[in-house]
Amino acid sequence: MTSPPVRPSEKPAGAPESAPTSVSASISASISASRLQRALASDFVYDFTRAPIAIIAGLVVLFLFLVAILAPLVAPTNPFDPASLNLMNGFTPPMQANMFTGESFVMGTDDQGRDLLSAIIYGLRVSLFVGVMSVLLAMGLGVSLGLIAGYVGGWLDNLIMRIADIQLTFPSILIAMLIFGVLRGIIPPDLRDEMAIFVLITAIGLSEWVPFARTVRATTLVEKEKEYVQAARLIGLGRHQIMWRHILPNVLGPVLVIATITLALAIIAEATLSFLGVGAPATEPSLGTLIRIGQDFLFSGEWWILTFPAITLLALALSVNLLGDWLKDTLNPRLK
Amino acid sequence: MTAPLLEVSDLSVEFPQRRQRLQALDRISFTLEAGEVLGFVGESGAGKSLTGAAIMGLLEPPGRITGGRITLQGQRIDGQAESVRGRRIGMIFQDPLTSLNPLRTVGDQLVETIQLHLGMDAGAAAQRAGELLDEVGIDRGRIGAYPHEFSGGMRQRIVIALALAPEPELIIADEPTTALDVSIQAQVLALLRRLCKERGAAVILITHDMGVIAETTDRVAVLYAGRLVETGRTAEVIAAPRHPYTKGLMAATPNLDLVSVDTVLPQIPGSMPSLAALPPGCRCHPRCGDVMPVCRRTAAPFIDGVACHLYGAQTQEAG
Amino acid sequence: MPGGVMMDNAYLQVSGLSRHFDISDPFLARLLTGGARRQLTAVDNVSFSIARGQTYALVGESGSGKSTIARMIVGLERPNSGTIRFDGRTAFDERQGQVQDNSLRQKLQMVFQSPYSSLNPRWRVGDILMEPIRAFDLIADPEARRRRVHELLDQVGLSTQDAQRYPHEFSGGQRQRISIARALASNPQFIVCDEPTSALDVSVQAQVLNLLKQLQRDLQLTYLFISHDMAVVRVMAHRIGVLKNGRLVEENAAGPLIESPQDPYTRMLMESTPRFAGGAASG
Repeated sequence: MTSPPVRPSEKPAGAPESAPTSVSASISASISASRLQRALASDFVYDFTRAPIAIIAGLVVLFLFLVAILAPLVAPTNPFDPASLNLMNGFTPPMQANMFTGESFVMGTDDQGRDLLSAIIYGLRVSLFVGVMSVLLAMGLGVSLGLIAGYVGGWLDNLIMRIADIQLTFPSILIAMLIFGVLRGIIPPDLRDEMAIFVLITAIGLSEWVPFARTVRATTLVEKEKEYVQAARLIGLGRHQIMWRHILPNVLGPVLVIATITLALAIIAEATLSFLGVGAPATEPSLGTLIRIGQDFLFSGEWWILTFPAITLLALALSVNLLGDWLKDTLNPRLK
Repeated sequence: MTAPLLEVSDLSVEFPQRRQRLQALDRISFTLEAGEVLGFVGESGAGKSLTGAAIMGLLEPPGRITGGRITLQGQRIDGQAESVRGRRIGMIFQDPLTSLNPLRTVGDQLVETIQLHLGMDAGAAAQRAGELLDEVGIDRGRIGAYPHEFSGGMRQRIVIALALAPEPELIIADEPTTALDVSIQAQVLALLRRLCKERGAAVILITHDMGVIAETTDRVAVLYAGRLVETGRTAEVIAAPRHPYTKGLMAATPNLDLVSVDTVLPQIPGSMPSLAALPPGCRCHPRCGDVMPVCRRTAAPFIDGVACHLYGAQTQEAG
Repeated sequence: MPGGVMMDNAYLQVSGLSRHFDISDPFLARLLTGGARRQLTAVDNVSFSIARGQTYALVGESGSGKSTIARMIVGLERPNSGTIRFDGRTAFDERQGQVQDNSLRQKLQMVFQSPYSSLNPRWRVGDILMEPIRAFDLIADPEARRRRVHELLDQVGLSTQDAQRYPHEFSGGQRQRISIARALASNPQFIVCDEPTSALDVSVQAQVLNLLKQLQRDLQLTYLFISHDMAVVRVMAHRIGVLKNGRLVEENAAGPLIESPQDPYTRMLMESTPRFAGGAASG
């Protein structure tokens, strides 16, 4: 625990250091408590329990994730198994018995008799899968490029940053569409539907790497000058060892926040692409695809086919966004 | 006997944290006469900067004064520092780079302060600004220059000019020379002392460096972990320190005239406790060579310039 | 007097060391304004030697070049000219450049100024100390390596449990001790101490300086001690070199230099050092 600050500018060169953490307090804390106990007792958790928005957003996200992961167990039917479909069930309004078959569905059915609740649950699965995987791709690519650009510097840094700048001049949706189109052209027609999800992940991931790279590069530039890096160079460690083992752990701080916010963006990007018809196919629809399908029927009275998937998408994107915002605010003073 | 210029009694400052309240200053009391230079010395975390900030009303929230009184010329100023800050109390911070606005010329900043506090018109203010620059040893012709065009030592002189411009009664200087080279340090301190004595302004000089205390101050107050442990005339405290911590601090400071490569510097074991883990009783006792059982239970009262059971017992026995 | 005294059996011999930095405007700007290249001379033809087991102090104010010299000697920065020899072996000369020699590198170490940024905040102390041991393949057996880490912690006055902790759990003085332990981990012969106590409180400074001196006696270490504080230098050094704007303006054994400084700059530094009656006097 450091001594409280009097004013913002503290400790320029030459001034003595602030009051030390009491070693005896740390001794008792680390010997008796397990890591989980210590994590739960941390300031971060304390802040979380006092922010209602964070708690609500966190619960919604958790709920939706669980539903998506447990889809086969949770969904009442499998809407993509043609054998289970009954065309006569089509266009059943929510919570009303179908006039032909007498079955009722919580959220109604679409034009082919698919239970909308199940379709949404499976669609959520696709949306989240694409969202998370593309963020992981963007993160892996962005962090690596940022680290290399920052540490190695020189022409490599210039090259990477100029590519980043060029990419940022285009809206990321367009970039995703471009990459999607190119990849689809490469893949043989019969594999297109199967590979669609992975092409989608690649496209969105490649369009979102830049914020990671820029932030990591900035932090790397700072860390590179610190004395622990010089101590590592002193004992003859090579560039790669220093970059990946020493600097990487110290630049990951802001990455969590960026990842959360990028997840919201990726989910929306995927929904947009699917809505435009260039994303998840109808055989494995995401929420965006469902919205596209539902759009055709909105003005002919079957409002539920569009509305429920849209509300789900809204809830998901909003919660992830709010959670990311809260994270950014909470972690900020510590990042300074 | 004239009343003291500044009187601080039982000043206490707390910082409420998430799960605890940290007591950063515990009943600090001292007085300051007009024209006197009082040094506040202590190690990091002792609370010397906080004392200066509390007097100026510049405590960063959630820190706040939880007890005591601060009076300037008999008038209470704790809780209403805005009325006196800048005008009657000037402040000099450690880093001259951030004390001056980099986007405005030196002359502009001086004139603004003069006009704000002395109400002169632009012409008279500019004239006065030039005079101030002369006094601190900066060429008047550079009045239109920007802060970054000066060296660190010269910037600190400009900061001194700024602090003195409204003719304050008291200057609080918080480590004003720590970031400067040692040769410049001596000049700037001498300048500060001279100008303040000439104007009859009192100075609180906050520093961690005993050598600075020895050469610049009339009286000294030693702080440890938020408490005052010893005060007195500088020459007396240095020649014959009473509190064991003061003695230890003096002994551990290498003195150019006395040490050599064969010297083993007397060291104080351990380090200052953090505010979150203060020892009971006297806060110095874990590191004290003269510790007694009573030290672990109760803090020594501040009597006659020193807060230590060694002396408390004697004064009690004597009187 | 330019340059320093050169000894024959010195452990470290530095001669004619120089370093410039190019501070010209960018090429295009110069093309348009017709400006010339500009150079900043940080270190100008510095020569000195250090005898084995002794401490040589480089004193100077900011901009004197002392940190640059320190970094060049340990190989973190490349000189423009000059020679550096350790124990007779060349580490740098203008013809060969930086000699890449792992056995030589193992003998040199450095303790840095800032206790905050000299230890990787994400690594445990034990791993920080083990890294030099691993890098130079000094001990193969993991159990023996662990014992060595405990031994190092003990040598600097810390406990064996501290190996499990992270740097932020320690005070500034303790962190400097960890830095010293890391420097000792590779069994060096020569350590550059770059203002190791400038960021520490006075009472902690005394502990760290005493520790450094004791280690020098116990392990026969040779130190290059960089500082801006004459009083600290007086406690540590056998010989002192005074740097001004990259040049060595005076050099002598510690006692004579302090008692009768020859160069006006040295005299000025002495006079500026605050001093007071009373204080450390034990011998």
